[in-house]
Amino acid sequence: MIPTDYVLILAAVLFTIGAAGVLVRRNALIIFMCVEMMLNSVNLTLVALADLWGNLTGQVFAFVVMAVAAVEVAVGLAIIMAIVRHKDTSNIDEINLLKG
Amino acid sequence: MTLILFAFLALIALAGGLGVVLSRNPVHSALSLLLNFASIAVIYFLLHAQFLGVVQVIVYAGAIVVLFLFVVMLIGGNIGPYRHGSRTVTSVIAVGLAAAFLALVVWSVVQVLPMSATPVGAPDAGSVQAVGMALYTDYLVPFELASLLLLVGMLGGVVLARRYQPFAEDETQ
Repeated sequence: MIPTDYVLILAAVLFTIGAAGVLVRRNALIIFMCVEMMLNSVNLTLVALADLWGNLTGQVFAFVVMAVAAVEVAVGLAIIMAIVRHKDTSNIDEINLLKG
Repeated sequence: MTLILFAFLALIALAGGLGVVLSRNPVHSALSLLLNFASIAVIYFLLHAQFLGVVQVIVYAGAIVVLFLFVVMLIGGNIGPYRHGSRTVTSVIAVGLAAAFLALVVWSVVQVLPMSATPVGAPDAGSVQAVGMALYTDYLVPFELASLLLLVGMLGGVVLARRYQPFAEDETQ
């Protein structure tokens, strides 16, 4: 039996690594991977709390989050492909069409 | 025994996460992400969520990482020369903010949960049978909406990734 707070702290550390990656990195693909890691750490939180309270709702929620993450990857990578085709770079500092 | 296994898996997951953020080559980032996802799948098994562990391996480690690797292969991955200079100051501020966030979350977890609260859940709480029963009875509407969302996402991906053909070409011919 794993104490739940250990799992929650692991999830928090993973979420923080992902958030720092989103803020620091400039490659749109790496930023996207970090967003996936953050979603995954929140899933870990949901599963750990579902286990703590013996309630299946958290697992169903994590399942729906996985479906949303799959859709997000499909659409987001298509957007990145379109941007690269248009601007020839995936550096987010170069993509400033809305800057005015 | 379970705790030692969990500590080992947590170290692997942290190494994978740091690898995603720190590696220079996007392919190495994608493979570190695979390491992270796989170790979290095993942690799901330890938390009695067998169905979600299998789905994690199939969806995340299978589909999503492969999709990332395909896109890295298609667009090259490297972002070319930096024309906007370095962002040392912003990076330091970002890491500081992330550390403050982590301290806040860890503090609140320690405050809210009694130290080392151990679950009493049944071993087969997250079996395919139990989760399937919940998905097809209590949570049928969210399940169907998720399928609709997947359909819309698939269409959106196809439309966005299609090569752009301006209508002007037809008019000139």
